[in-house]
Amino acid sequence: MNITEKILAKASGKNTVHPGEILDANVDMVMIHDLTGPLAVEAFKKIGVKNVWDNQKVVVILDHQVPAESVTAAELHQTMRKFAKDQQLRIYDVGKGGICHQVMPEKGHVLPGTVIVGADSHTCTYGAFGAFATGIGSTEAAAVFATGKIWLKVPEAIKINVHGQFQRYVAPKDLILHIIGKLGAGGAIYKSVEFRGPTIRDMSIAGRMTLCNMTVEMGAKNGIVEPDETTRKFLEGRTTKLFAPFESLISDTDVAYEKTIDIDVTDLTPQIAYPSSVDNVKPASKMSGVKVEQAFIGSCTNGRIEDLRVAAEILKGNMVKDGVRTLVIPASQEIYMQALKEGLIEIFTDAGALVCGSTCGPCLGGHMGLLAPGETCVSTSNRNFIGRMGSKEANVYLASPATVAASALTGKITDPRELEAQKA
Amino acid sequence: MKVTGTAIKFGDNVDTDVILPGKYLVLIDPMELAKHAMEGLDQVFPEKAKRGVIVVGGKNFGCGSSREQAPLALKHTGVKCVLADSFARIFFRNAINIGLPVIEHKGISAAINNGDEVTVDFEAGTIQNLTKGESFQAVKLPPFILEILADGGLIENLRRRLNKK
Repeated sequence: MNITEKILAKASGKNTVHPGEILDANVDMVMIHDLTGPLAVEAFKKIGVKNVWDNQKVVVILDHQVPAESVTAAELHQTMRKFAKDQQLRIYDVGKGGICHQVMPEKGHVLPGTVIVGADSHTCTYGAFGAFATGIGSTEAAAVFATGKIWLKVPEAIKINVHGQFQRYVAPKDLILHIIGKLGAGGAIYKSVEFRGPTIRDMSIAGRMTLCNMTVEMGAKNGIVEPDETTRKFLEGRTTKLFAPFESLISDTDVAYEKTIDIDVTDLTPQIAYPSSVDNVKPASKMSGVKVEQAFIGSCTNGRIEDLRVAAEILKGNMVKDGVRTLVIPASQEIYMQALKEGLIEIFTDAGALVCGSTCGPCLGGHMGLLAPGETCVSTSNRNFIGRMGSKEANVYLASPATVAASALTGKITDPRELEAQKA
Repeated sequence: MKVTGTAIKFGDNVDTDVILPGKYLVLIDPMELAKHAMEGLDQVFPEKAKRGVIVVGGKNFGCGSSREQAPLALKHTGVKCVLADSFARIFFRNAINIGLPVIEHKGISAAINNGDEVTVDFEAGTIQNLTKGESFQAVKLPPFILEILADGGLIENLRRRLNKK
């Protein structure tokens, strides 16, 4: 069995499972946030069960419309706080957490070998820690609150073997955009995507999270990386709970994959997803000249300290181009504090960028940094759909933090390597 | 369970941001959500759907965000069911869980035109294009999913099952 199958077999009390088989799996952790949570709370009340099955296994995070941008949002937050209090659940309120997919692992709620479901499509991010994690809807989250179980079809798996070393200013974001461009928006539909190979072993947790995060953009059920020393180091001090021995989470060598893709990143260049589909991917160098009004560095895809460091390196001592609103949003309070200590917040502020408190923000067009008709944003987030970031006549281009920072300086979409070449 | 209605067609990769834009996610009332259904692609969709329609999508229908408000909005405009060549998995589960029937059949979008009268029999897994006089056999939904749909959604289904115990 591969790692995903091993986790699902254990969660459903079976020795072995096969693709296509439908299982009733025990859930180790379920997460809801302020936009999917209220519907889940309402649905849970209708079931007629008094308490959630295990209050240690439900996490509530306020991150989408925070701080509340309207009375309606404030009321939703009130609903969530009350539910968390009544059920005695762990809640990460404004100022205490950040974006759910960053907070979950940071606070030790994501452990290798566990089954995690979340009422958010980017729940697949936690595969970076060797967990089986997938997005569900609000009603289904309510059903998990009541039963602690979920039905899951064992997915077929795609193996992506990555080798070679990234060039300077080429990042895991460019790799995942390249993969999505290759496989298509529906290229991994219902499937598990397993990232393997020496490049993945050398990759930081932040990079692995970016890869797994965007597997849903090709329709995948989950993205996953086998846990290793890098995983163990991240978990140190974040959890006291026991987790599965890593040897039990290694894919067998004789296991069959539906598809195997080999990628050498040596010659990979910065990539861009054009509007308005994530698989509309082209090299950044081919599109210099597209004018931008907004540059956004943040989100559950690319709001981590490593992302902020590379953006700061490019912005340091420079001023963002007049007419480009540059927003920097650390993915969590922990990252915000780290950026503060490292002097990154000062660099961004000096460069004329606006650093905001941790939130999903402009990524989903709900709160802050929305676009007017005809405007263009180059963004480190994960979706460029019509209307995603405000007006449906606006355009969103997806890129790495380095590319977004370089573009903020020039006012047009720019390959960060070209900017560096000009400076030299 | 059988439904009949007029087809309204959409293309491939219809995402949940065009089905229901993020700025409306603070709305709780399904009827309010319904007013914005498909706003990203067709402003007058809620008006068209009132008479009870069948949405026909291409590949990867409902991709993107896990927002259950997307199928909820469709259901409350008057959409009776959604057919597609393939679905994004979260949308597929959400639709079933809120009692909006969905069925997948590769090639179905090419076989149905806008305005065709369509009947779907969920137990039999058959899709009939009454206008063209053609019939298609889709893969049947598993019995436990048919049961959820027959109950009107996962919550009703769960209530019934928990009460039985």
